[in-house]
Amino acid sequence: MVDLPRRSLLAGIAALGATACSKINDSEAARGLFEAAEDGHRAVHRALAGKQGLAPEYTRAERSPTFRGNGSVTVADPFYKQQLAGGFPDWKLEVRGLVEKPLALTLADVRALPQRTQITRHDCVEGWSAIGEWQGPQLAHLLDVAKVKPEARFIVFRCADTLYGRDYYESIDMVDAYHPQTIIAHSLNGEPLPEKNGAPLRMRIERQLGYKQAKYVKSIEAVTSFDSIGQGGGGFWEDVAGYQWYAGV
Amino acid sequence: MTKKHAATTRLWHWVNAAAIIVLFMTGLNISNAHRHLYWGDYGFDPADAWLDVIRFPGWATIPQHYNLALARDWHITAAWPFGLGVLFIWVAMLANGHFRRDLTTSPKDWTPGAVIASLKAHSAPGASAVHGYNPVQKILYGGVFGVLLPLMLFTGLAISPGFQAAAPWLLDLLGGRQSARSLHFITAWAIFAFFVIHLVLALSDWRLILEMFTGGKRDPHPEAPSVPPAPPQPDPVPAEMEAPAHG
Repeated sequence: MVDLPRRSLLAGIAALGATACSKINDSEAARGLFEAAEDGHRAVHRALAGKQGLAPEYTRAERSPTFRGNGSVTVADPFYKQQLAGGFPDWKLEVRGLVEKPLALTLADVRALPQRTQITRHDCVEGWSAIGEWQGPQLAHLLDVAKVKPEARFIVFRCADTLYGRDYYESIDMVDAYHPQTIIAHSLNGEPLPEKNGAPLRMRIERQLGYKQAKYVKSIEAVTSFDSIGQGGGGFWEDVAGYQWYAGV
Repeated sequence: MTKKHAATTRLWHWVNAAAIIVLFMTGLNISNAHRHLYWGDYGFDPADAWLDVIRFPGWATIPQHYNLALARDWHITAAWPFGLGVLFIWVAMLANGHFRRDLTTSPKDWTPGAVIASLKAHSAPGASAVHGYNPVQKILYGGVFGVLLPLMLFTGLAISPGFQAAAPWLLDLLGGRQSARSLHFITAWAIFAFFVIHLVLALSDWRLILEMFTGGKRDPHPEAPSVPPAPPQPDPVPAEMEAPAHG
């Protein structure tokens, strides 16, 4: 009994503290500060490395023995399951949005394009890293074939997987879209992509964290803004958890 | 130049203090996302970890619950005053002579005798009025400015995937991305250890903390006429025995 007021006082102070903190975190000033810090890091990275500066590439001996699958490791969609079982004979990768010549490519078409092979490191936002050998066409090549319109500012990737009932998607700006190591990978370590790593096609954007590397890619869309896609954060984790849109830090 | 602490030192000290508290506590929240540390370039399997880290409790982290996105927002933001601050204080210390005067050591500063003498002098009454740093202070502060703070900054930069394209040599130098991440963690705790020692010693005399705001007074040269009286010592001679001499 005697303890009660003191306890509720302490709880009250704790709640006040928590409220104050969440108010700071949600305030426009804090949001503005966070965005300025993020933009600053991106500007410094781009200034120092150059728009085309390469992420380190490794030798085959330096690869990790396996490549961890994370986030979605399986896709529930019945069409996907049927395609996976048969080697994706009817899978189509669409290139659409602000392009003069929309494309719909089969997996064979994607494999027939000029290829880039790169052994790179994948850094998850959680802190772990894996190294694998990826192969696929450069996104820049696909965008050139589709003739992206000059007003396009971002490239959006739409995926077949869902998490927490939402469609996975991601977006990058045109600097990373035209980066030489930005490829649409169809193979990992010389084999077709396993399901856990994004079969049949996944993005590799080598100067950003793992959540940008969209898996199970269905379409590539050129847009002026991603405000009206999902909740407007520019990606699944950006919407769901508030992750940084620029995942280069 | 009669201040004990230059204005640049005081400004940096408090900005840096705020920044490292935020960086450390958000860092513990980030550590909770994957509580395993590795050496080399890659590492994701806890079986390969050289260290399994404890889950840091809410009271030790910012925010007080697990939130990787928000912890990273604060970490990435506080990295700016910290990183620019390290650059700033080095330029200031080189320019105003603080580095040459207080942080450079000679071989004799590293001898056991010098260390013992430093510790004795530090606990003696009136130690805070002594001008300059003793050998232990020179070594400790030199280690913080010369090793820990730059290592914290460079390991932090190295684990950013966007920065690696700018300085791939940095990752090579640190032994790979997971090694850089491990060193970032170790260095954070080394700075924390310094922080604790620093705080305990500063709290032993509140005037030291006040001086980091006001600048304090540099102790004058011994020959200067304004030498303050030495701290009162207990009179070794009983007053009554002195009396006849006066009489």
